[in-house]
Amino acid sequence: MTPPKRPLAASPQGGNASGPAEPDPRRLLGPARSVVLGVAACVVLAVVGWFVPKWLTFLVTMAAANGLVSLGIVGLMRGGVVPFGQGMVMAVGGYAAALLFNKLGITDALGLALCGGVAATLIAAPFAPLLSRYRGIFFAMLTLALSMVTYGLLMKLEVLGGSDGFNLGRPTLLGFALPQERVGYVMYLLTVVLATVMALLARVYFDSTRGLVTLAVRENELRVEYLGGSVRQAMTINFILAAFCGGLGGALVVMSLGHVEPNFSFWTTSGEFVFVAILAGWQSVAAVFVASTVLEVVRSFSSAYFPNTWQLALGLFLLFVIRFLPKGIGSLWMRGPTR
Amino acid sequence: MSYLLEAKGLEKRFGAVVAASDINISVRAGERVSLIGSNGAGKTTFVNMVTGYLKPSAGSIMLDGQDITALQPRAITRLGVARSFQIPQLYGDLTVLDNMLVANACHDQKLSFWQPARRPEAIARAELLLQRFGLSEHIARRVAELPGGVRKLLDIAMALTGHPKLLLLDEPTSGVSAEEKFPMMATIMDALGHEVNTTVLFVEHDMDIVERHASRVIAFYAGRVIADDLPAVALATDDVRRYVTGELLAE
Repeated sequence: MTPPKRPLAASPQGGNASGPAEPDPRRLLGPARSVVLGVAACVVLAVVGWFVPKWLTFLVTMAAANGLVSLGIVGLMRGGVVPFGQGMVMAVGGYAAALLFNKLGITDALGLALCGGVAATLIAAPFAPLLSRYRGIFFAMLTLALSMVTYGLLMKLEVLGGSDGFNLGRPTLLGFALPQERVGYVMYLLTVVLATVMALLARVYFDSTRGLVTLAVRENELRVEYLGGSVRQAMTINFILAAFCGGLGGALVVMSLGHVEPNFSFWTTSGEFVFVAILAGWQSVAAVFVASTVLEVVRSFSSAYFPNTWQLALGLFLLFVIRFLPKGIGSLWMRGPTR
Repeated sequence: MSYLLEAKGLEKRFGAVVAASDINISVRAGERVSLIGSNGAGKTTFVNMVTGYLKPSAGSIMLDGQDITALQPRAITRLGVARSFQIPQLYGDLTVLDNMLVANACHDQKLSFWQPARRPEAIARAELLLQRFGLSEHIARRVAELPGGVRKLLDIAMALTGHPKLLLLDEPTSGVSAEEKFPMMATIMDALGHEVNTTVLFVEHDMDIVERHASRVIAFYAGRVIADDLPAVALATDDVRRYVTGELLAE
């Protein structure tokens, strides 16, 4: 039985019938604006990188590659969990690229980077359904445990170089050999381009229906399930995507360093990625790379001028950010509660 | 006679405590059923069992002829059952619009990696529902900043996003002042009037609201159904007057 129609009552909270609000045009223009800004930043970095000293391009290369690992953490943070073991996927990506280079003779930097991402995804995927059941400290500790198991294995396996790891040679790119004096810039360029592509893809994902549901999971899992959404599916997907980002970043780091070692999977390395993710906040993808660059700069200069106390400077900086920018440095330019 | 919802011999025990016992309720499509009873009578336990939050210790629940007794909340929601909560379950850090868009995305079951959540057609659907609930002016506000009554309405609007076959409202006017209750319930029922295929079960303590908006009343006491009839008849029974409204005790 349908109740008799009544005239539309006034809202008990004093609402009016003024009609729906106009959608914010900035939000509707969001994707196009992100692409333009991303491409522009990429072009500027490519041009500037040609002129700046090699140490600076190397620093930005490391920042962008490590930022990719932290980007995956930010994706998980949007769902309300923080992994303390992303060093594992970084190490898997790095070792996969290095092994493919040394054992199978695959030298293409782009191919190796993608293979690193895929390898990390394949290793992480079986654990994703298990991890999707856990939250808070349990999730963090489980991921930490996985990374430390990986670290232990890498340390013991002599075929993988044991505690010293092993070196790899100069990569090629799209069939072209890279001269020694240009390999640094080309790796810088490749890393910046891949970081831009991944950042844009992450922005699209964060703004998608799945991305919004991830934010909802962070806030209220119960309601997501009662609306017909799957919390575990969201968490599983985010973990797998984070693994790909981590593996990609790991492969790029290894190719730029020319060396891979078990320390990539050590818990302090994972801690640095979490540091960057917290510094960046979960609202902006660009902030991840800014935060990663900040870490590299502080690390480089502090270790040069205050070799024994650079962690102190880093800690004070993090305290400052948490106190004055609790949503991270991304909140400086990202407005609105959900962006 | 086929029923939309059919609960047979439902029982729920928490150790030695019997929260529901021998509950037999059948609801036809289109009914507006009010569940009444004092605190702890078993109303919310019944709602929780129908929506999958609690699994019955015994008995069965059929929805449109399909056994949903053992299904998880998400699976039950996808079969067309939605609910609101006594304490609104919202996303406090998101805006009202984004709360609606989350509901929209979950109900659509077409979650995409690239389709924007804030696309115009999704926003238009959300705005329409918000307008029906008188919430248009709050669309851009963070939910954490909203007053309790608005949150209640938003909670129900979100449940209605998927145009459910069966909507369960758990005390939709609780926590709202006496003078706000009636216009608020009228707003809810007006909004539900647009959902001709939605059957509504609502838990309510205010008998004036029950009489005004229910086509049928089911009264609970100590985990059992003590009356199930038209509002005028059910509210006049001795058991309801004694255990629910307290009129006989007062006399």
